[in-house]
Amino acid sequence: MSAAPLLRVDGLDVGFGGTPVVQDVSLYIGRGECLALVGESGSGKSVTARALLGLAGRGSRVAVRTLDFDGTNLSGAGQRAWRRLRGSRIGLVLQDALVSLDPLRTVGREIDDALRLHTALSPAERAAKVAGLLESMGLAAADAGRRAGELSGGMRQRALIAAAMALDPDLLIADEPTTALDAEAQAQVLDLLAGLRAGGSSLLLISHDLAVVSAVADRVAIMRGGRILEQGPTDQVLTSPEHEYTRMLLRAVPAGRPRGTRLSAPTGRSDARPHAPDAKLLDSSPSIGGPVLEARNLVRAFPVPGGGILHAADDVSLRVEAGRTLGLVGASGSGKSTTARILLGLDVPASGTVKLFGEPWVPLPEASRRPRRTRLGAIYQDPLSSFDPRRRVGAILADALAAATTGGAPEGAHDPAGLLQLVGLEPALAGRHPSTLSGGQRQRVAIARALAPGPRVLICDEPVSALDVSVQAQILDLLDDLQARLGLGYLFISHDLAVVRHVSDRLAVMRDGRIVESGPTEQVFAEPRHEYTRALLAASPTLATDTSD
Amino acid sequence: MADTALLGSSGGGFPRPGGTAVVPRAGRWRGAGFWLVRRIGSAVFVLWAVATLIFLAIRLIPGDPAEAIMGGPGSQASAAALEAARAEYGLDEPLWVQYLSQLGRLATGDLGTSYALKVPVVQLLADQLPGTLGLAVGAWVLAWILALGLALWSGLGGRGAAVVGSALEIAAASVPHFWLGSVLVLLFSTAWGWLPPVSNGSAAGLVMPVVTLALPLAGFLGQVMRESMLTAMNSPFALSAHARGESESGVVLRHALRHAALPGVALSGWALGSLVSGAVVVESIFARPGLGRSLLQAVTLRDVPLVTGVALVSALAYVVVMAVSELAERAIDPRTRDR
Repeated sequence: MSAAPLLRVDGLDVGFGGTPVVQDVSLYIGRGECLALVGESGSGKSVTARALLGLAGRGSRVAVRTLDFDGTNLSGAGQRAWRRLRGSRIGLVLQDALVSLDPLRTVGREIDDALRLHTALSPAERAAKVAGLLESMGLAAADAGRRAGELSGGMRQRALIAAAMALDPDLLIADEPTTALDAEAQAQVLDLLAGLRAGGSSLLLISHDLAVVSAVADRVAIMRGGRILEQGPTDQVLTSPEHEYTRMLLRAVPAGRPRGTRLSAPTGRSDARPHAPDAKLLDSSPSIGGPVLEARNLVRAFPVPGGGILHAADDVSLRVEAGRTLGLVGASGSGKSTTARILLGLDVPASGTVKLFGEPWVPLPEASRRPRRTRLGAIYQDPLSSFDPRRRVGAILADALAAATTGGAPEGAHDPAGLLQLVGLEPALAGRHPSTLSGGQRQRVAIARALAPGPRVLICDEPVSALDVSVQAQILDLLDDLQARLGLGYLFISHDLAVVRHVSDRLAVMRDGRIVESGPTEQVFAEPRHEYTRALLAASPTLATDTSD
Repeated sequence: MADTALLGSSGGGFPRPGGTAVVPRAGRWRGAGFWLVRRIGSAVFVLWAVATLIFLAIRLIPGDPAEAIMGGPGSQASAAALEAARAEYGLDEPLWVQYLSQLGRLATGDLGTSYALKVPVVQLLADQLPGTLGLAVGAWVLAWILALGLALWSGLGGRGAAVVGSALEIAAASVPHFWLGSVLVLLFSTAWGWLPPVSNGSAAGLVMPVVTLALPLAGFLGQVMRESMLTAMNSPFALSAHARGESESGVVLRHALRHAALPGVALSGWALGSLVSGAVVVESIFARPGLGRSLLQAVTLRDVPLVTGVALVSALAYVVVMAVSELAERAIDPRTRDR
């Protein structure tokens, strides 16, 4: 490692149409070093990274006092100079390879791009190099002829990294490289990035995931509102943060936080605080711990394009109890969502039954199910797509209340305003359109809508996967409060082990359509019996910090 | 439906089933065979439906086909002559016998004899088809060139070009053929005398009909192509390509252009419909022999066999174009192969 850093940025400002997005950002990255840029959506971390490639975007105004890459001053560099650097000396890996690789081109051609643009190799030599790159990333040479959509999430992310690493750039900028991946694929990609650094490349890692950052980065810079709040060695920033915002971020991480502890700071709104269980509501429902939703031996399979069968549910049995949370964890494609659809009566299993409050639920004609539908609610990862964009929040909630035939809304929440207060939102939000709300507000509205008919069971399918860690903390706390107050039974589906561990009383681990292990959450984590559970636990990065304050 | 929901929840990916070859070669061929059988089956169905609809439509509207045979409405043919015509063309038989015998003839490729021209319909179609085909293909090619040019220009030219390009496309798409054709004749023939007002088979005579037919189509195609071009240019894969050192024009040529072409290809069937209906107008304006003008005359004269023939040829063309565009779509976008 030489004394001069590979990249030095001083006083970077980026604005779009007069609005500053990045302000006075200064950072440096040494040779072979990994700097992590941590922040939530809208903090300006991605724009910062793109500005380092001269790709801040259309309509951007970039100003910088110093932008020095390996002794070359890049402030005011022309497009030609930038193009010589991109792909050959600085590589970029984006979040979701499904859209970051051209869906109409083969991954081989995408990887070949950098070779074609920056070297004088013949097509045959380039093809050999592409095959070698794919193999070094743990893919098959034959995968060069396939397109991103034909590869699994982890495979295509590695192909995307292969495209960025084709010419061994000195600096790799990785923008949320593991966010779209499940724990196993994430571990593979993190291993790969560690290997690249061992080979001497520098890494700028952009992430909101502090556990990932702590596993990979040498130094951390915390960003918020376009500014860097603090930066320093990873251990120092994560164990003794100087800034209140950093402390809040660390507190919001669910990893290692036992069930029932609060992740978010009090919001000061009384409605979101824990209540004593509502006696009147609990009277009419099974007591805490009683079975409310029971699935037995569910089987469901789908034909796979090109032949073969995908066993999405293979003898799945599970039980959701009143006032308790059953966590369902597994990799992408393990059948979690298919199971949820069967439980909701949206898909018909080939065999097996579901009982709701001890009465038959699946299989059953929809007409005999409809009166009892109000007892079962669902929330999903992306609430925005489930709202009619032309309707206001108040109208959306009024519709949901009108649809309630039996049971009825929770106490004090018989109108949209009451529902909004129940989920910790201002009643004034009723006049807004969903698209104008923040991600956290949208998920709260989705929860309010799910609660309107007065359900006793909520199926939560990846409800916090698209949220920033601090917002995730607030939603997890809200779900906890609602459960305590209304005695709800939750089926909580997630690929994130830390989240599932924090919210669940019992845990079921799913793989290839089978439940390989289930039991009390802490027991499963402490003494995993199935080898897949052990692999899953090992693959999940943890953040071991003392956040008691 | 159900499996897309499953895949959707996991970001579209699921573990690869076993070995490296996704689709075995034999399976792919069997798939192609099924596809062909399905296509031919649906083509036969479409032709049958068109023949039936035409038969019913012509019999249900008031008027006597025998009159059409004897020289069209208003002919002073005697009752005896009309009776003889009815007997000769089988019009005195019950409707269902007429229907079945017509289907039988159509199935053997016999389209009958034109009432008005007393010439076999097959021969008439063979005479008229090349002219219309030339016109339609010429207009289609020109429309694609204009649409791609507009899409490229507005994709690369920034905000101003996008606004101007969009305005041009809307203007072109909303101009009716008859108005555009008349204006072109007024300017290029009457006022300046550069081009012949009548399309008589010369190359110069083909220019105005082709342009008249192509411009509105180019407007529509340009709109959808520009839209998907801009979407592609703003997508993460375009950013990734830039980050590999690709130039702006490289991103357009290697990535965005293909995405732009997709909706244009998907609209081919619709484009053919617009070309056929446009040909009726354009061939009449420029006094150009062709299927469109024949159709217009045949409808006016109640020439049932000729109307049926033109409609069947159009339907067949539609079926062929749809099959070809589906093949083209599969070649461009592998994601459509598993549908």
